[in-house]
Amino acid sequence: MVVQCEEVWREVSNYLDGEVDPGLRAAMEEHFRGCKHCTAVLDGARNVIQLYGDERMMEVPLGYSQRLHRRLEEGMPGRRGNAFGWMMALGFAALMLLSFEVGNVSQSNTLEFRSEQARSRIHIPADLVVVAVSDGKIFHVPGCKFIHDKAKLQTMTAGEALRQGYAPCVRCLREYLSESRGVVPSEAEMARLELEDPE
Amino acid sequence: MPETTASLGNAGEPRGEEALIRRIREGEAELFYELIRPYERRVYAATLAILRNEADAEDAAQEAVLKAFKHIRQFRAEARFSTWLIQIAVNEARMRRRKQQAVVMEPMVDQRDEEGQYTPRDFADWREIPSETLERAEVRQKLAEALSSLGQKYREVFILRDMEQLSIEDTAKALGISVPSVKTRLLRARLMLRDLLAPGLGGSWSKTLSFAKGSKPW
Repeated sequence: MVVQCEEVWREVSNYLDGEVDPGLRAAMEEHFRGCKHCTAVLDGARNVIQLYGDERMMEVPLGYSQRLHRRLEEGMPGRRGNAFGWMMALGFAALMLLSFEVGNVSQSNTLEFRSEQARSRIHIPADLVVVAVSDGKIFHVPGCKFIHDKAKLQTMTAGEALRQGYAPCVRCLREYLSESRGVVPSEAEMARLELEDPE
Repeated sequence: MPETTASLGNAGEPRGEEALIRRIREGEAELFYELIRPYERRVYAATLAILRNEADAEDAAQEAVLKAFKHIRQFRAEARFSTWLIQIAVNEARMRRRKQQAVVMEPMVDQRDEEGQYTPRDFADWREIPSETLERAEVRQKLAEALSSLGQKYREVFILRDMEQLSIEDTAKALGISVPSVKTRLLRARLMLRDLLAPGLGGSWSKTLSFAKGSKPW
């Protein structure tokens, strides 16, 4: 097998990652032996990987880890003493009350997103990473608790999911959906759905 | 005899992530610190790649880790925890970037990679920039500037794959793109950076490095 310079440039990255088959690898190595230009491309690309892969190239800000842990501690339930516990209890009680008041609201909100009219009010970034069940109808942010069949999840961008005909989950993608005309469930309705979740 | 039970560790000392996650789900929240410690830096790298601002990146990283904690019950054991965590970080950073740019969302258009091949611009013998030079702040600064000049989609892939050493498959999952797209973007990112660092082009500064005439270490 003989390879030309153009093919070497196209495959040099895969070559460095060990992602070319043995035949092509041997042909490229033969090519490098006789081509100074391609050897310069290979050496440069390898130098780039070596330099940027060095730990010194990605310095985290001083105190990053401590600040991260502090933020986590603040966000963990039951870690802020009795006052926080009482606030949580009150908040929960309020949610229960609200859920009682909206208990009869229809759960058919998700169906509305399958209409073209609703689709025009979707403002999800096309590059958002989402997951969808391959034979399902809804796509979600990874980890959404409203994913019902987790066995056949596919990862894709929101743009791709919409193109394939999936509709956005009204729970995890709520912030991107227009709240006009009651299409999106209210906070109280969301709280009710959450309380009903088996988990 | 093989130590088949060793991976579970002694009582109170879970060694695997799976065991850690199980205990966190059962209420030992403080173990979450231990779970995320190996990935703290990687989470920051992912958010920085997208937001390009240290303060914003740190805030997004914190938020992403907090979200991971809150949703740990939704993590599926068949996925890799680190990939799931980076996905959350990528989404958090992308969301913030959208808000910062305050743009009206365009109709969903696929961001296709350029079909044409990238042709290297510099064919002179490569003048190596050894790792030792990274001790010098100005060298790190020049490399960071070159990286910063790459387009978003190339920078994201390059940082996750070449700086944070994610596999090609995990990079694809974290960014929600296909494996061939990762490979295409990675090729372009590496070759563009190479050209930017080539002494005859944007990397003329490297001529002044005292190490530049040394032998190649590989």
